[in-house]
Amino acid sequence: MKYIDEFRNPDKAHSLIREIQTLVEQIDVTGERPLQLMEVCGGHTHSIFKYGIEKMLPEQLELIHGPGCPVCVLPMGRVDDCIALSEREHVIFTTFGDAMRVPGSEKTLLETKAHGSDIRMVYSPMDALQIARQNPDKEVVFFALGFETTMPSTALTILQAEKDATENFSLFCNHITIIPTIKAILDSPDVKLDGFIGPGHVSMVIGTSPYDFIATRHKKPIVITGFEPLDILQSIWMVLMQIAEGRCEVENQYQRIVPQKGNEQALSAVARVFEIRDYFEWRGLGSIDHSGIRLRDDYARFDAERKFSVPNLKIADPKACQCGEVLKGVIKPWECKVFGTACTPDTPLGALMVSSEGACAAYTTYRAHEIDELIQRREFRAKTQDA
Amino acid sequence: MSSSSKDRLPPSTSNGSHERGKTITLAHGSGGKAMRNLINSTFVDVFDNGLLAPLEDQARISLADLTAAGDRLAFTTDSYVIDPLFFPGGDIGCLAVNGTVNDLAVSGATPLYLSCSVIIEEGLSIDVLHRIAKSMGQAARIAGVDVVTGDTKVVPRGAADKLFINTAGIGVIPANLNFGADRARPGDVVLVNGDLGNHGAAVLDARGDLALETTIESDCAPLNNLIQSMVEICPDIHSIRDATRGGLATVLNEFAQSSNCCVHINEADLPIRQDVQAMCEILGLDPLYMANEGKLVAIVPKEYARPLLATMRKHAYGEKAAIIGTVTDSPKQMVVLQTMFGGERLVDMLVGEQLPRIC
Repeated sequence: MKYIDEFRNPDKAHSLIREIQTLVEQIDVTGERPLQLMEVCGGHTHSIFKYGIEKMLPEQLELIHGPGCPVCVLPMGRVDDCIALSEREHVIFTTFGDAMRVPGSEKTLLETKAHGSDIRMVYSPMDALQIARQNPDKEVVFFALGFETTMPSTALTILQAEKDATENFSLFCNHITIIPTIKAILDSPDVKLDGFIGPGHVSMVIGTSPYDFIATRHKKPIVITGFEPLDILQSIWMVLMQIAEGRCEVENQYQRIVPQKGNEQALSAVARVFEIRDYFEWRGLGSIDHSGIRLRDDYARFDAERKFSVPNLKIADPKACQCGEVLKGVIKPWECKVFGTACTPDTPLGALMVSSEGACAAYTTYRAHEIDELIQRREFRAKTQDA
Repeated sequence: MSSSSKDRLPPSTSNGSHERGKTITLAHGSGGKAMRNLINSTFVDVFDNGLLAPLEDQARISLADLTAAGDRLAFTTDSYVIDPLFFPGGDIGCLAVNGTVNDLAVSGATPLYLSCSVIIEEGLSIDVLHRIAKSMGQAARIAGVDVVTGDTKVVPRGAADKLFINTAGIGVIPANLNFGADRARPGDVVLVNGDLGNHGAAVLDARGDLALETTIESDCAPLNNLIQSMVEICPDIHSIRDATRGGLATVLNEFAQSSNCCVHINEADLPIRQDVQAMCEILGLDPLYMANEGKLVAIVPKEYARPLLATMRKHAYGEKAAIIGTVTDSPKQMVVLQTMFGGERLVDMLVGEQLPRIC
């Protein structure tokens, strides 16, 4: 495919890998710890596994799969709220596909659908609005989910619904915003990251300057990155160059898509429709101040939370689940106590096992042949620690 | 055995024209005159063979003819519930014939006879049923099989979705053939007969949710003739399966598990149309898991791989055949993909349906 194959060229990959290797050797990695770079975005995690990038990298370099999969960080109570909404009479509940399998406290949306709720997969919030127009006797609720990447399309859909006076359409808003989340991770005392592979499509909307604090206050390099495998390798190289040269800057590898100022039209639609919540609950990370988004009072009639009552129960993550530590890069997925044993893609306990962008699901999907060995290593380590 | 197909009468145009333009009602499933007329005008005419024509409660098949063709009977059944009924490159009718023909053919069997059982939701247009039956008749003729027995049920609105078809089939396996999913051995070579994922992509597109403009057509086709020509070159083919639901990835995993070995494939060698690839990129789907309805995956001894490839490419359903990988010893029961990018990853079985990604 034109404009895609160029970014998957194996010869260029090999020369980049060689340069990365040289840089890693050059950087004085002291102590027992390898260099740790976090890719924040779930799309990057997916590409890294899909193209087998992790295994091409030198051993002293570790990629930490961060919190940027909006499906993964969705708390169980919110899934239960979705289910409660979908079980109301006369409701058509619409959602993106990968939210269908996320477990609530008792069941998933997929199971709720099998029990008779009218739950439909859509590819865009505009599809949900279209369903509302076609079914004036039903209430159509759209499960709005995602970071700044998907926020503008939701905002524009609301503006469209306002324009058409479509009154039987509403959002169950679970949009989240990336910056407070990165802040929370950087403020966490157990985190020891050396740099960031920065979000690509989020940055297309918000631009590059919101990341300045990472470089200035936290003294970490960050490179905004595209999703093709060469994009990712080039960015890793760019972050390592910063480390090697003692620089901490926000660099933009994804210039073909990400303008410095972001997308002003998208941002203005978002600002018109949405406001920041005081706090929002994240699966695995707990409550993070100012990380959630909700509809402004002017648009309250499109807010499913205000239009219908939702149970809004807070449900604690399963105790054994260590999604939070995996998300922060404190442990690798296989080091979690339940990874591969109590928590598998067939029976996911933590959300990181549910979505294909979740680090744990990606591990089991793409590196299954190593899992038995990794679990044995974990068990051995646990035993020797107990002793 | 296939003499009956040579003796066929020209397709009849009599009967039933008075039914056109009408819809199916519960009366058509009542066992009375309406049902008899419907069966005659819709199925008996288009299937047109001596075993079906007497309309006994069963088809009567000569055992002597069967035993002359081989030493094992292959027997299979499959139900077809596809939505929409018509899609680019096919419809539920040709799918119901080819799907069952292929399930027989991948054992090495010569497919011979099919049954056709339809469950119709009342309200279906009789024209639609005629079109689908005609498509079944045509598919059966192309595959060289006869539909020799059947059943028609009509259920109330909502009890089924428009039309479900079940076909069972029998065929005979020649004594010298012994394909098995457990026969893949290190050193063997993996072949496919053409572009992967077309059926899945065509059906997804036909559902119309995506408003994409593509020209992707389903690959719905009978594979018995192609397999016949492969067997003539190499009777000792180790394994063949058709890569239907779950796609190539699922079949390769079945081979790796049954044979306790590793199937190693090269991304660069996989035949995938650019538009199918692009559609998958947009939706976050993987063409390796997309359904096919006319694609086989064969595991063959290394020395036969090239001659088989040449033979397949001469066949209408194998023009884009390709060698896509090899069987290795380890990691056992795994499928490993060498990515075009130079990395390696596992290709696992899917847990459920592929779900499009959010962003």
